[in-house]
Formats: sequence, structure tokens, C-alpha cells
Amino acid sequence: MKRTAAILIANPLSAFGVLLIAAVVLGAVFADFIAPFPEHRGAVVDFANFNRAPGWPYIFGTDLVGRDLFSRILYAYRISLLLGVVVLAIAVPIGVTIGLFAGYLGGWAEYVLMRITDVFLSIPPLVLAMSMMGLLEPTLTNGMLAVTAMWWPWYTRLVYNLTRGEKEEGYVLAAEIIGASRLHVIFREILPNCVPSILTKMTLDLGFVILIASSLSFLGLGVQPPTPDLGSMVADGAKYLPDSWWLTVFPGLAILVAVFGFNLLGDALREILGVDQ
Amino acid sequence: MSPVTRLILKRLGMSLIVLVGVSMLIFTIARVIPGDPARIALGPNATAEQVEALRQRLHLDEPLPVQYGYFIRDLAQGDLGISLYTNRPVTADIAQFLPATLELIFVAGAMMILIGLPLGVISARYRGTWVDNAVRVASLLGVSAPSFVWAVILMLLFAFFLPLFPIAGRIADSYAIPHVTGFLFIDTLLAGNLAAFSNAAWHIVLPAFALALSGIGQAARLTRSNMVETYDRPFIEMAQSYGFPERRIANRYAFRPSMIPSLTIIGLDFAAMLGNAFLVEAVFAWPGLSRYGVAVILRKDLNAIVGTVLIISAMFLIVNIIVDLVIAFINPRIRLSQRAAA
Amino acid sequence: MTFPKAAIPTLRIDDLHLSFRTYTGLIEVLHGISLHIRRGERVALVGESGSGKSVTARIILGLLQMTRSARVDGLLEFEGRNLSKLSAAERHRLRGTRMSMIFQDPTSSLNPVYPVITQFHEVLKRGEPAINVEVARERASALLAEVFIPDPQRVLDSYPFQLSGGMNQRVMIAMALANEPALLIADEPGTALDVTVQAQTLHLMRDLVVKHHTAVLFISHNLGVVREFADRVYVIYKGRIVEHGTAAGLFDDPRHPYTRALLDAIPRITGGGIPEIRDAAEEYFAPMVVHEGCGEPGGAA
Repeated sequence: MKRTAAILIANPLSAFGVLLIAAVVLGAVFADFIAPFPEHRGAVVDFANFNRAPGWPYIFGTDLVGRDLFSRILYAYRISLLLGVVVLAIAVPIGVTIGLFAGYLGGWAEYVLMRITDVFLSIPPLVLAMSMMGLLEPTLTNGMLAVTAMWWPWYTRLVYNLTRGEKEEGYVLAAEIIGASRLHVIFREILPNCVPSILTKMTLDLGFVILIASSLSFLGLGVQPPTPDLGSMVADGAKYLPDSWWLTVFPGLAILVAVFGFNLLGDALREILGVDQ
Repeated sequence: MSPVTRLILKRLGMSLIVLVGVSMLIFTIARVIPGDPARIALGPNATAEQVEALRQRLHLDEPLPVQYGYFIRDLAQGDLGISLYTNRPVTADIAQFLPATLELIFVAGAMMILIGLPLGVISARYRGTWVDNAVRVASLLGVSAPSFVWAVILMLLFAFFLPLFPIAGRIADSYAIPHVTGFLFIDTLLAGNLAAFSNAAWHIVLPAFALALSGIGQAARLTRSNMVETYDRPFIEMAQSYGFPERRIANRYAFRPSMIPSLTIIGLDFAAMLGNAFLVEAVFAWPGLSRYGVAVILRKDLNAIVGTVLIISAMFLIVNIIVDLVIAFINPRIRLSQRAAA
Repeated sequence: MTFPKAAIPTLRIDDLHLSFRTYTGLIEVLHGISLHIRRGERVALVGESGSGKSVTARIILGLLQMTRSARVDGLLEFEGRNLSKLSAAERHRLRGTRMSMIFQDPTSSLNPVYPVITQFHEVLKRGEPAINVEVARERASALLAEVFIPDPQRVLDSYPFQLSGGMNQRVMIAMALANEPALLIADEPGTALDVTVQAQTLHLMRDLVVKHHTAVLFISHNLGVVREFADRVYVIYKGRIVEHGTAAGLFDDPRHPYTRALLDAIPRITGGGIPEIRDAAEEYFAPMVVHEGCGEPGGAA
């Protein structure tokens, strides 16, 4: 605890990351109270105030139908964070379990499981998610499905490598010698030693899921309007560059802020938990 | 057989297995989804007979394994089928759009290596100083935004506000360059048109940089962290205690061993560009695979989707093999050992 | 202090302090140690791991001073020059030329991705910056022959992982003496090797430093090895020198409680079980014992 505090104090950037994420999460959770125009999350129009440059009361400006960008960004964060949490909640247990088994059992299980993982890893992440999204209907649920499908193999790979290292450690041999079952060794002996690395990666990945999801919706293959989404906001606004620059710049920076925050947090966590690269 | 030849053969074999896996995966996804591709392709006005005829032509009425069999048979002959969107062979479509995308990726990849690695080396050599901190923050920012955001920001700054670079496209319309390879850098040179060459180079700077930014950040971060780890190894202390010049220690004795773990990941980053190129191309109206890819995906154009994904994966695997070769070149253990390390 | 030229010690350390800044504050590691090595003399610094002997070596080379969290105080004199008054570039000039070092594990101390010749060339460049590869190869080959490496050309073209630990250790010794240094620091040399190989390479090293008249600071936790190798011995405990005497004198008549405990802990084949040094005892902090005729030059003793 003392060390954690010391590390955070010694690295002002880590503290800054905590601050950014706190702001993003609080903004998303309490959007109903913070957003100046909560009703602008949906399909409302206010043509009297359309395409306004940043000013008061529209601090980030308004879009082409007069909706407040700041409010929409807060609600978009809500969707993004939800998506990130759900994707990781599904992808991590799957990926970790496969990685543990492949790494510990070796032999045929290892060969087959790792080749399957390789198959998923050899399609560039965005391309795999894009094809899945295109073939399915573009809804939030399918978006989560597509991103989950591309995400689990990374955890398999990570945990597989860790497991192969841990397998040779004395404590694992000791457990095997006293006759512990394979499941016990895998989940009770090896898994706990992988947790710091997994946690660190999850923190970093919360940012990257947001990044990928926004990329999908930027291409029109993600969350559909009128649900506010950072990627589609950038895509819609890009047609009106450079005059209505705020339409793209603020949603773009919103992505940057969230991902940067999670990255700083992940780096801090890596140092606190003593995880190797 | 030399260890390196064995390594290549082994990797080629493995890649082939993976590629078959990719084809099965994407083929299955493409066929089990709801909706009738034939109906979508022909539009709502087509008659039931027309739809049925197309279904038969595409073998959609047969069981999945049989369909896959047809697919593999055609693939072996270099035939990826007909795109329902353009009504042309998928291979022809890809051949038309791929060079522009590849050109973009090559330039971005070069930027990633030529900017990212030196930044990482500098950061590691001056670790703990303000130089290191600046590089770390900058590279973290680089990886923290999707390439379309960088594309938009770069375009706004350096094409609109400061009109240093063109806003969109690959080359000014005024240049008529005969199509030979599809790579403008090559075609302009073949045409002996240096003005066109530099015009093409001028057009590619912003899109390539936008595409490269996250790779640059990733490469710098990776190089730094692996090098910092290497700096703690005894052979670096040996080099320092013998007074090897610090510069040479950084650029040679610490850099080269650190690259062994970094390269695999850098290869993956290069592969990620194959996907991210879609985003950048959309912003800069780059006439590459992006528009085609998104169009065929939205139209559920099965052959085109399967073909595009397959080609992209094949390129990814080729990149991986190249990376493995570079690693083997750097790491004498792999180059010289009789049993190539897995 | 002035010495007649011939009597200037190769190395003189006086009241050396070292501390590290950490998250939780300043930690002092060396509490004012003094030692000296005359020309061509073999001096051992003996202690357990963590006693401060390895950091002392790195301070002499000037490496630790480059670490921003380290604070070094005290006098460091090398061949009559005050090291702390030299510029970074001047200190750098001494490394690999006037002083060199041999490490614990020879195999991991050689760069894994370069063949021996590349590194040997780099070492020889320290003595003669303009030396080209061919000349370097010839010189390295001769130096390797001096450490009884039977096939120098093959070894020069090998990577460290292709050679045995003993072979790598010979390469390290050849490199360490290549530029005829005045001082060789040997930090637990060959501890990572097996005992017979370690003994062989130590004998080899001893014969060579005697032949070249090289002063040696020999750092070890192994008293058995020290006894054979050193003329004079300093025993260090938790950042303090506790006893100082000639090798013969100290081993025949250990006077400090810690030295006695350390000597009792030498494993003997005939002994029962593995002996251990008793945990930190109050008496280990007893004042330093200096044997007759072993005072620091110009010092109080």
C-alpha cells in the first residue's frame, strides 16, 4: 500500500491517468446529471441551434441537427465502457482457460489449441471484427460478439507463455509430487501467478476495446444511430472538415483521453504489480 | 539442410495449416449467417427463379463441407469466385485495389521502423531523464488513438490549416501514369516521370504517417522496455566496465539482443496496419482495398469477403515469416542450432 | 599526502560512503570503508552477498556514480590521481585500459548475439583506437593462446553459447589483461562455474597477473579460494571493514568475531551437515581489527 502510494507520487503521469479515468467513468455513470442536455443522447433535433461552434452553453459545439456534442460524448462513453467491460468479461475467461490448458497439458492439446489460436491471430483484428460485423446485423450485441471473437486469443497467448514458464517452477513440481490433480495445479497453483499479468493487460485492453469498437463504428459497422458513438461521430463530422472541425476533433480527443487514461493506468499497475513486459 | 532453410520450411508448413484454418473459419462465418446472399446480391426485384439460379451457381444449396470443397478446388486454381458486387473475379478486384493499400502500408511500416526504433533506443539510453519521459508520453499518446483520429487531426492541421500536404488522393489528376504494377512509386519511375513520383510521395506522407503513428508508439515503447531490461544484463555491464562507447553500447550491444523479443510484436503491429489501413483510406479517400472491403461487407458479398480476408491473412503470414527470418539472422542461437527453436 | 613515486598505491580508498535514494528514503550501504592495493599486489575483499563488496568494485570503475539514485562520498585514488576530480570523459578513458574487470558468470557476461572476435576487437580498440579487424584477430589469437585455448581462431568465430563456461572464462581473462591494465577487479570470478573449472581458471589468472605484474582486487565470499589467491585480505560485513591482515596472518589468527564465524562456515567434506554463519550477532559489529604491519597508507592505523 505504502509502495503503491509512493509509486503513484513518484510518477505524476500515473496519477494523471487515474484522474483521467476517474473523470471518464464518473462522466459516463452520472451522465444523466452532468450532461447539460441529456435528451440529446437520442434522435432529437434542434435546428435553431445546429452546427454551433464551441461556446456557452454548448462547450464542445453542436452537431448538424443541433445536439450538444458534450452531452453525446458522455453518453457515448457509457456505451464504450459497457462494451469494454462485457467484451473482457467474456473474452478473458475463455482465453485464459484455453491458454492454461494448452500451456500445462502440452502435446496434442497444446498443438490443436494453439493452432486454432493462431488462426484467429492471423486475421488482423480489425479485419476479423469487420467481417463478422458486416455479416451479422450491426447491433451493440453483435458488436460485442465480434470484438470478443477477436480478443480472446490474445489472452490465450499471454497465459500460454506464462504457463509454460510457471510449469517448470518448483512449486508446481512440488504440487505434482504430492499428487495434486491437474485441475488443482492449473487453477490453484498456476493461475494465481498469472493474475498480475492478466490484470495489467485487462486494464490496458479496456482502452483498446474502446479503440477498436470506435474503429468499427467509424466504418459504419458498429453501433447504429441514434445511439451516440464516438467512432460514428468522427465519421459523420469528417465530411464537414475543416469548417465544422469540432464535430470530429472533440469525439476524436474523447477516444484519445479514455484510451490514454487506461494506458497510463495499465502502466502504473504493471509497475505496482511488478509485471514484466 | 541448413537450420535457416528448415526454419523457413517449417514456418511455411505451419502458415499453410493456419491459412486453411482461416479459410474454414471465415468460410463458415460467411455461410452460417442469417440472410440469403443470393437474394441480397440480386436485390428485392429479382424473381424467385433468378435467386434460385444464383444459389445453384454459388452451390449455396449444397451442404457446407461440399461448398468448402468447391471453394478449395477453385482456390487451388487461383480462382476466388465472382464478386456479386462488381460482377468481376474477386482476384481481379483485389489485384486492382491491393497495390494502393500495400504502398501505403509499406511506407507506414518503414516509418514505424525508422522512427519508432530510434526513439526507443534514445529513450532507453537516456532512461530516467526528461528525454525518456518525453518519448514515453509521446509514444503512449501515439498508441492511444485509432488511426482514423490521427488521420483527421493530421489532415486538419497539415492539409487545411497549414496547407503543406494534399487533402486526399494518391496523385494529382494531371499526371497520367500508365498502369503497370499498380504501385505508383514503381510505375512513375518506369514512366520516367520524376515529377509524378515526387507528387505521389507528397500525397502519401500524411496518410502513411497517420497509419504509422500507433505503430511508431508501440515500437518505441517495446524497444525501450526490452532495452532497459537488456541494460541490466551482465554483458552490458561488461561493455560499460570496459569503457565501450555509450553510443555503441546503445546502438549495437544493447539494441541487437533487445530486438529478438521486440520483433515478433513489431510484426504483429505491421499486421495490424493491414486492418487500420481501412480507416486511414476512408479519411484520405485513398483508392485502396478499404472502400471495396467495406462495400462488399455491407453487401454480404461472400466471395469477395472470403477472398479479401484470405489475402490479408496470407500477407500477414508472409510478414511473420519475414520477421522470423530477421530474428534468425539476429539470433545466432536459431541460425546455428541444429534444431530450430520453436 | 605524498609518496615516493614507486610507493604510490595503485588504488587507495579512504572513508568511502555509498547511499541509495529509494521510494522510502536514503539507505546507506557503505559506511566508510578504506582499503589500498599496491602495485602488482593481490588483495581480497571478502564478505557475504549484500555486504557491499560488489558495489565497491562498481564505484572503483565509476559505473555506480552514473546511477542517478546513488550517492558516493570519500576519497578514491587511482595511481595517485583523485578519481572524483576527473571528468566523466577522463574516467571513461581509464575503463578497459588502466582498469578492467572479470565477472561472476563468464557466459552471460559476453554478448550473446556477437561472436567473440567482435567483442575482443572492441576491447582492443580501447587500448588502440585505430586497430583494424585483422590486427585485432592476430592479437586476440595470441592472447587466447596465452590462456591455453587450443584453437583460438575457432573460439574467436564462436558465439558464447557455443563455448563451455571454462572456455568463456578464459576468453574473459584474456580480454581483461589484453590492454595491460594496472588494476584488475575480479568480482567472484567463475562462481557460476563448477568447482574444478573454477580452480583451473583461477590458477591461470593468478599465473598471468603475476607474470604481467597486475594489481588485483579479488572479491569473493569463498575464503578457501581467497586463501590461495590473495596476499592481503579485507573482511567486510554490512558495509564496514571488520578485519584486515595478510592472508597468512588472517587465516592463522582470525581475531574479529565475524571473521571467525566466516572461517567456521567453510564447508569441509569431513564435516557433518552444511555449516551456516550464525545470524547477525551483536559481536559482529565489534570494532575493526587491523593486523600488524597492515595499516592504511597515511591512515591512522
